[in-house]
Amino acid sequence: MSEAAPTVVIRGGSVVGTSGTARADVVVADGVVVALGEQLQVPRGAVVLEAGGCLVSPGLVDLHTHLRQPGHEEAETVESGTRAAALGGFSALVAMPNTDPPIDSAAVAEEVLALGKGRPCEVLVAGAITIGRRGEELAPLRELAALGVRLFTDDGSGVQSGAVMRRALEYARGLGVTLAQHCEDADLAAGGAMHDGEWSSRLGLPGIPAAAEEAMMARDLALVRQTGAPMHFLHVSTRGSVALLAAAKAEGLPVTAEVTPHHLALTHAAVCGYDPVFKVNPPLRTAEDTRALARALGQGTIDAIATDHAPHPPEAKDMPFDQAPAGMLGLETALSVSIRALEGVLSPEEVIGRMTAAPASIARVSVADRPAGSAQGGPLVVGAAGHVCVFDPDATWTVDAQRQASRSRNTPFAGTTLRGRVRHTLYAGFPVVIDAESQR
Amino acid sequence: MSLTSQAEAELATAPRVGIGPHLLSIADLGADGIAEVLRVAEAFAEVERRSIPKVPALRGKVVATLFFEESTRTRLSFETAAKRLSADVLSLAVASSSVKKGESLRDTVETIEAMGIDAVVLRHGSAGAPEQVARWVERAHVVNAGDGWHEHPTQALVDCFTVRQVLAEGAGVEPSALGMSCFEGLRVVIVGDVRHSRVARSEVLAYSALGAQVVLAGPASLMPASLEGWPVTLADDLDDVLGDADVVSLLRLQAERGSGSFVPSLREYTAGWGLTQDRVGRLGPHAIVTHPGPMVRGVEIASDVADLPSVVVTRQVTNGVAVRMAVLFLLLGAESALEGLGSTRV
Repeated sequence: MSEAAPTVVIRGGSVVGTSGTARADVVVADGVVVALGEQLQVPRGAVVLEAGGCLVSPGLVDLHTHLRQPGHEEAETVESGTRAAALGGFSALVAMPNTDPPIDSAAVAEEVLALGKGRPCEVLVAGAITIGRRGEELAPLRELAALGVRLFTDDGSGVQSGAVMRRALEYARGLGVTLAQHCEDADLAAGGAMHDGEWSSRLGLPGIPAAAEEAMMARDLALVRQTGAPMHFLHVSTRGSVALLAAAKAEGLPVTAEVTPHHLALTHAAVCGYDPVFKVNPPLRTAEDTRALARALGQGTIDAIATDHAPHPPEAKDMPFDQAPAGMLGLETALSVSIRALEGVLSPEEVIGRMTAAPASIARVSVADRPAGSAQGGPLVVGAAGHVCVFDPDATWTVDAQRQASRSRNTPFAGTTLRGRVRHTLYAGFPVVIDAESQR
Repeated sequence: MSLTSQAEAELATAPRVGIGPHLLSIADLGADGIAEVLRVAEAFAEVERRSIPKVPALRGKVVATLFFEESTRTRLSFETAAKRLSADVLSLAVASSSVKKGESLRDTVETIEAMGIDAVVLRHGSAGAPEQVARWVERAHVVNAGDGWHEHPTQALVDCFTVRQVLAEGAGVEPSALGMSCFEGLRVVIVGDVRHSRVARSEVLAYSALGAQVVLAGPASLMPASLEGWPVTLADDLDDVLGDADVVSLLRLQAERGSGSFVPSLREYTAGWGLTQDRVGRLGPHAIVTHPGPMVRGVEIASDVADLPSVVVTRQVTNGVAVRMAVLFLLLGAESALEGLGSTRV
């Protein structure tokens, strides 16, 4: 962004802080928060964004976005994906490395980082753990770390070899980076198209058992205990995984975990009409699983909410269920869906915490990792970066798959009326979304 | 051309229960829909026994058979049924079609619908494909001729039809005289690879909708992951339930779907769950044995047993045509078809 950031006043909202929510106006100038307080004077020439009745929070941080570039630009690009992110209130996202070619070299990481400049949110990059995500030889973790890469994962599949995973954890330990696992035992999951249980049995679809996730997580927790290296667990989806994580955290192992809005909000019953838009990996699980995931998020066993935004073009999803690719859009609906799914477990302010401070810390871009003026995830105080999400909890809107900023249409919430909507988003002081309209 | 008076009388009666617009699952029919299919199928069975077994009921209609999986009997059965109803049959051979060139299922279906077809009879290896196709078509009726492990509704209808026919013979009456009450309390044992069987899923729905008591028997590794919501009981030992069985439905061990690796060996499978010479002696004198075919002699059924009169496999094949005639007739606008019948009455 070459032009200077304007002065913006976010007026009349409730600012979500670390110790509660308070009515305050927020003044952002030159990309940082310069004033917070009730009924502040509007500086001359400032842009005024009305926020009456809204929650004003740090910009959201997504640990898990598939931007699809390079290689699958028909599904999403850095441009379209970051626009979708801004509309969802995000000021940073971690781009997953299962692109084509994958982000397993400095050249590809640099390409994606360069594509991410000048966008309506910050693009962070996760690197692959192994070359080609094949689970055999280690990717150049040190070289990628030098480019600022802090998370590594072969997401899309798990690292199947325990020996390779052990080496990766040992090697990563000294680099100040975190390895993240898509826990899925490929043998147990082979051929599966949905959760192995009541609905797969009824629908005659091959199932992916909960044990496919839990078996790899159990192995990896043993490896964390062995190596002492930190580890992050992607899109945790089962009750059994929650129990494993709770025990690991009680033991003091350096592990973190995320859950997606769709695993909190939807169950395998959604597959009843064989609509591949509900095909996702890990699959939608049972109602007991969704309840356990919500409780785990409430108790801190699971740290963060992450979207696993996974675009696929309509022609790819217009396939027989077992042949269609897995994945759902998530960026534009994440906050509204999460707040609704967590009603009675977490307040909207607490949900926001799981989408700001917690993921920023896991991605190592929080105030503990960076100067305040460029840190992600808040807190929203004077001197903080001008990354702001303004959320209207009472606005209702109906999700229109045709009108998403994403290049793809595969939202499981198409036609659903949601309560609460991101009204404005500021990134580095720029109003990139005003009244739910993208400014780019 | 004339119909026998009974068939004519049956067919001239307006359908008591509408079915359709599609037949994707037995659940689309319910007990009343099954009864209606059986009622109309009896009339067509009558037609089939005539020297020229053909009626003009669907003249001018086009039925497309779209088979993405190998099939001999089901495809022939549907095509014969359509022809006996005087429909034009458009048979898409997937091996030589543009599907091989990478055309998607949706484009294939939209293309053949643009040719003005009235019904698509679809077999597909993917569960749910007929339900998806039903969402894509504009006016064609979709008939599920078997989708993955999900359902094979016309096979279950054939099995119900055949069972009632045999029961009627035993009672010395016409099947229609038995009505549907003959299924109430009937003890049906479904044996074998339920996990991978679309026939089993349709049979469970059909027999239980009609009031039968359904028991599943087979190795636990070949049972579905969950039986929650299934109106069935589970038998660990086939020998415990054979003696009380009125109907034994044998399923094929689907070795081509990899179910061979779900049991230690075919020998062990046969020893535990095959209908062997020894085991057939436990059956009651009136028990009926069905099999959707193709049978694997020596695995799920001993070769000598397969030829016993209580094994009604050949009848199932014969009845397949009449039942599929009934399904096509009921789906493709019975009313206009009846007008056609009337105009040719001599």
